[in-house]
Amino acid sequence: MNVRSTFLSVALKGLSLLGPLLILWTGRAAGPTNAVAAKSSLEHWAWKAPIRPSLPSTHDNRWPSTPIDRFILEKLESEGLRPSPETDRITLLRRIHFDLTGLPPTAKEADRFVGDRSPSAWLRTVNELLASPHFGERWGRHWLDAARYADSDGFEKDKPRFVWAYRDWIVNALNNDLPYDQFIIEQIAGDQLPTATDSQRIATGFLRNSMLNEEGGADPEQFRTEGLIDRMDCIGKAVLGVTIQCAQCHNHKFDPISQEEYYRLFAFLNNDHESSMTAYTPREQQLRDTLSRQMHEIEEGLRHTTPDWEKSMAAWEDSMRGNQPKWTVVLPIYHGENGERFYYYEDGSIRAASYAPTQWTAHFEGTNLLPSIGAFRLEQLTDPNLPAGGPGRSVLGMAALTEFKVVAEDLALPTNRITVNFLRATADFENAEKPLESEFDDKSAKKRTYGPVAHAIDGNETTAWGIDAGPGRRNQARKAVFVPDKPVAFPAGMRLKFALSQNHGGWNSDDLQTHNLGRFRLSVTTSTNVVADPLPATVRHFIENIPRDHRTPPQMGAIFSYWRTLKPEFKEANARIETLWKQWPDGTPSLVFARRTGNGPGEKRAPTRLFKRGDWLKPEQEVTFGTPAVLHPLPVDADDSRLSLARWLTDPRSPTTARVAVNRLWQHYFGIGLVETSEDFGVQSAKPSHAKLLDWLAVELMQPSTPGVASWSMKHIHRLILNSVAYRQSSRMTPAAFERDPHNRLLARSPRLRVEGEIVRDVVLSASGLLNPAFGGRAVYPPAPAFLFQPPASYGPKTWKEESGPERYRRSLYTFRFRSIPYPVLQNFDAPNGDSSCVRRLRSNSPLQALTSLNEPQFVEAAQALARATVIEGGKTDEQRISYAFRRVLSRSPNAHEKRVLLNLLGRQRTRLAEGWVSAAELATGKTETPVDLPKGITPVTLAAYTSVSRALLNLDETFTKE
Amino acid sequence: MIPAMSQTNPLQQAFQEARAFQSRRWFFKECGIGLGLAALHSLMGDKASAAPLGSHPMAAKKPPFRARAKRVIYLFQAGAPSHLELFDNKPELVKWDGKLPPDELLKGYRAAFINPNATLLGPKFKFERHGQSRAEISEIMPHLASVADDIAIVKSMHTDAFNHAPAQILMNTGSQQFGRPSFGAWTTYGLGSESSDLPAYVVFSTGGKGSSGGASNWGAGFLPGSHNGVLFRTGGDPVLYLSNPKGVDRPLQRDTLDAIRELNQERLGRVGDPEIATRINAFEMAYRMQASAPDLMDISKEPQHMLDMYGATPGKTTYASACLLARRMVERGVRFVQIFHEAWDQHGDLTRGLKNNCAATDQANAALIRDLKARGLLDDTLVIWGGEFGRTPMVQGGNDGRDHHPNCFSMWFAGGGIQPGITVGESDPFGFNAITDKVHVHDFHATMLHLLGFDHEKLTYRFQGRDFRLTDVHGEVVKKLLRT
Repeated sequence: MNVRSTFLSVALKGLSLLGPLLILWTGRAAGPTNAVAAKSSLEHWAWKAPIRPSLPSTHDNRWPSTPIDRFILEKLESEGLRPSPETDRITLLRRIHFDLTGLPPTAKEADRFVGDRSPSAWLRTVNELLASPHFGERWGRHWLDAARYADSDGFEKDKPRFVWAYRDWIVNALNNDLPYDQFIIEQIAGDQLPTATDSQRIATGFLRNSMLNEEGGADPEQFRTEGLIDRMDCIGKAVLGVTIQCAQCHNHKFDPISQEEYYRLFAFLNNDHESSMTAYTPREQQLRDTLSRQMHEIEEGLRHTTPDWEKSMAAWEDSMRGNQPKWTVVLPIYHGENGERFYYYEDGSIRAASYAPTQWTAHFEGTNLLPSIGAFRLEQLTDPNLPAGGPGRSVLGMAALTEFKVVAEDLALPTNRITVNFLRATADFENAEKPLESEFDDKSAKKRTYGPVAHAIDGNETTAWGIDAGPGRRNQARKAVFVPDKPVAFPAGMRLKFALSQNHGGWNSDDLQTHNLGRFRLSVTTSTNVVADPLPATVRHFIENIPRDHRTPPQMGAIFSYWRTLKPEFKEANARIETLWKQWPDGTPSLVFARRTGNGPGEKRAPTRLFKRGDWLKPEQEVTFGTPAVLHPLPVDADDSRLSLARWLTDPRSPTTARVAVNRLWQHYFGIGLVETSEDFGVQSAKPSHAKLLDWLAVELMQPSTPGVASWSMKHIHRLILNSVAYRQSSRMTPAAFERDPHNRLLARSPRLRVEGEIVRDVVLSASGLLNPAFGGRAVYPPAPAFLFQPPASYGPKTWKEESGPERYRRSLYTFRFRSIPYPVLQNFDAPNGDSSCVRRLRSNSPLQALTSLNEPQFVEAAQALARATVIEGGKTDEQRISYAFRRVLSRSPNAHEKRVLLNLLGRQRTRLAEGWVSAAELATGKTETPVDLPKGITPVTLAAYTSVSRALLNLDETFTKE
Repeated sequence: MIPAMSQTNPLQQAFQEARAFQSRRWFFKECGIGLGLAALHSLMGDKASAAPLGSHPMAAKKPPFRARAKRVIYLFQAGAPSHLELFDNKPELVKWDGKLPPDELLKGYRAAFINPNATLLGPKFKFERHGQSRAEISEIMPHLASVADDIAIVKSMHTDAFNHAPAQILMNTGSQQFGRPSFGAWTTYGLGSESSDLPAYVVFSTGGKGSSGGASNWGAGFLPGSHNGVLFRTGGDPVLYLSNPKGVDRPLQRDTLDAIRELNQERLGRVGDPEIATRINAFEMAYRMQASAPDLMDISKEPQHMLDMYGATPGKTTYASACLLARRMVERGVRFVQIFHEAWDQHGDLTRGLKNNCAATDQANAALIRDLKARGLLDDTLVIWGGEFGRTPMVQGGNDGRDHHPNCFSMWFAGGGIQPGITVGESDPFGFNAITDKVHVHDFHATMLHLLGFDHEKLTYRFQGRDFRLTDVHGEVVKKLLRT
């Protein structure tokens, strides 16, 4: 294999079954140094689309039962090897359970399978498990590694983020066997599909799993660029199987991919908003649809009972049109050394980004040439880059303005200045006065509230203007108008210094406690006695700018929905609608990608430039969108949209996409892919162990030979593998076979692999009966040492609200994943932390794993629970009980020796417990009080002794190994 | 039992063991002797035989070249200490205090926080020359000054990043992008472990906060997970899940492990997977660690004069305790100890902040050098002190703060093949740019690996079709730092 050092070959083989390609101090690999592809690199097999190979003939025609078997056997025969016999029934059942659901079979399932030796038993098991909703959880986790999924931002602050709706999308997509091409298309460009659904938009969370640095002083543009580089890396590894990221700084050293081609791909991803939408669970969606319908019906009723509504509304509209004063936008610039960063848009609006202090005052300065100012206006605007669309920066897209202050300085004589004294404030919306929510707690004793806009000029730092209109209606533009006691007048114009005090956030700026403004705009008018336009910004826009007969039905509807609220005769209907709004579901923010439209401020599509040496501060020539020449061509009608990119990625002509997909599948079953370097199929990749099989599977994925199977059905490939004889071989190793093929690339036996960290924990929870198999929803917080989430283990204090209810025992897929503080149980068992795309986990075998499975509180709790189940349900004698516990954990019955070892352990602990060396209560329950709820005849000592037996069982190699 | 163990392929050994085990089982069974420690010892290999069975990526290895250093203690001063107050004395800056820097200095310069029109700020502390080497050290580090002749100061460090998290990741992994192995992980990858009951790579976090780079600062990246640094606490359970659960005492833990071992051996005999032997080994090491780690962590066993020298108090979680523990660890074969002290981000309150930080760290730094030297450990233990970047000569805020600055900063080194008593490199009169003998992060890494016996261009790991190195595609050994 790729081992070039004899010096280390011993150590290498020692590296478990991973067979990582490792080269130590043997010199650099040869290769063209400057990118320009050597001819041979263009001839590389992976650049040519797979063609279905004919099935090989084998000497032995009895063993192979599927095409996969023929390819495997052909190779074995050419190497002079024989496959292993089929493994025993229990091992087989555990294997497929670990592979498809990640949960061990129950004793009942085991009995049923062992008792039914007909061929249909296997087919039935395959079908049942492929249809299990746990299938999506198990295989979703594999993809989430590739998609570098985590529940936090990474970097210093590592704030929690909301993207679990994407995680659930993955689980559902796999359960529904969403065709792989569609699976990729929706994740890369779901929002751009015609009539994109919420679900398809949620899928673009894939592109948002990049880390985000919002430490103080961080330039948001730098980290936007780094996010893009990460997206490229991820698409390269997870979809294309090409290390395109190697061409970020210079032409690819080995593969024929130029730096320019890298940026041509980059151009597809370079013009998007890092957006967030409100996602609803299926139940919430249902409620939302019902409420929408009911509101619509009430409005329809109003129209019905008011036949002249159209005329009446038009008259109202005409009376409103043009009734606003002329506002002049001030273009202020942020003045400060610390705090947020700001984007300035062409409409004069400003968007806050990056580090968000939770309590601070933002100072802006701008010039105004009007000689006199009768009123000031602050507009809060929505923006696709803000949480849930803004207009604020809180998790829900809300903001609270504590104080609005202005100093005006005479342009002719700067020492001539006045602090504006505001007399009155009005707003188009203000929420009813309410105390700050707990997430904005600042640990002070002060009672802090927000509500009426007058709070923004009351000189009181504990009160603020709030704009929270509740679920379904919060995320819209709002405005406030501030009128001074007398017009601010300097004939030469003035320099305006705004102080926007935002002190209604929480105490911890390293957590999600900001309540700052998001996007906003400041304007002034010479008019006096002005009040804030009561019309919502959208309604004002429609009636001012869109002629009546050009309006769309939703635009008409929006005007009507506002207009009806003004009509006293609709009072009752309005109240009913208001009641319905109160029931609107909360939903959850979910990170998504959204295309810059090209129209309007902040929507400009910027040209993509090549970065010299990959440095974003050194942009060079402009490049247009495109794809690497060595891969299949981009269709002529492609544009620069992500949808074009996604369709190109999943084009059946792609030489790598289908191969990469089936190879990763293979890897998860057999430990190593047919191409070991599952992230890289380029010139430097490992030679495929079964090149023809790889191509056969890739073509089979795209053009299934089985009638009735859809193209790109992954479950079809699963079935092909599971129904092969090769899959069902024994994993028993002999020294000779091991010597011959230490990494089991030839598959003369089944692999024997410790399951992934998540599955280790799930197996233990499941065998003990603690597992809560609920699906989906927010990430959960199982027990973890509290100190990990506090400085100095964590940079800032983090929130880890340990679950007290059944959520403690959810599958590990749902465990909250902080990138900087990985959940230790999973980390110790090699789970990646989501820093970057990982398509291939390594497996280590370390003392920390032993400490975890022996001593971690949930593992101990599992032992206690298993002991309790054993003494209650496991029979009357110790032998029966030992067998019972053994079967729950290992699905099989113990042999005589195993039974004796455990009986010895039991007996010895009984004695020691009885002698009082250790406390039975503590061992059996973790508490000092004697357990009272024991079944008749069971003493605490018995329960405790069984706890020690259960603990031993849950720590066996076999317990969490797929054999 | 198996002669010449180290000559045999570990997998072969595993099988021989498994076979032997099967036949011996009969023997033990029939003779009524249960499988005891004898079998275990032969199965696991002794500490003396160095290469236990099965997979063991942590087996001690010899580097390809002469190693001047066998182990590393890296005192990471996270947050970025001001070179201008600690090592890089700039009398010129006193004269320029309150003035704008010359235009040409700031051409193309990006600052994290401060405005382009920030004025220069003179150093807050006085410097004096110390020792025979006449090394210039700030008045707030009197203890370090007392070992000036044992250290090498580099005043010409520079880096590429000026935000904390990316810069710390660059300093620790050679890349600003997360996901690469850390320097410590590369070290254990190249050298393995010399301890049979402690992790090869131990990490402490002792500052007021955690480091900005988080666990990735000591991560294994794409190397096997066993190369991850293991976070130790100076209080409580030093390693996660080290203590037995409630109701489990050490004999019960031993009994449990014996049962687990017997059952695992049984399975090993049946399925022949050497990975099981590794697991048996791992459980035994875990058991040993349960005893040795608390013992190691118990600094109350140190004589009072030793505690005084470091300024360490038993039971107190401090930088000083971590330094003392670092010495105890390297004595016990830990390969790489890294202390993250996140405390140095003085955007404001520079004077007091630095005084406090030096009060918390200076004595322990000097004590560590002295202690290692007295024990003969300094010769082959590399001690590194430094942060992720420097601070601006320009002021931030009023007149008592400095911003992030990547162009120039200082570090010091001691032991492990470092030339003692020298100062390498200079910066310009403002301490703004390193100008002579510039040392980039990659050069620093190349030099450290050289001292550990590696050619940094050849210590590689194949991942994604590429041979990755700690030094990426850069790095030159700083010859001036090498002991002659």
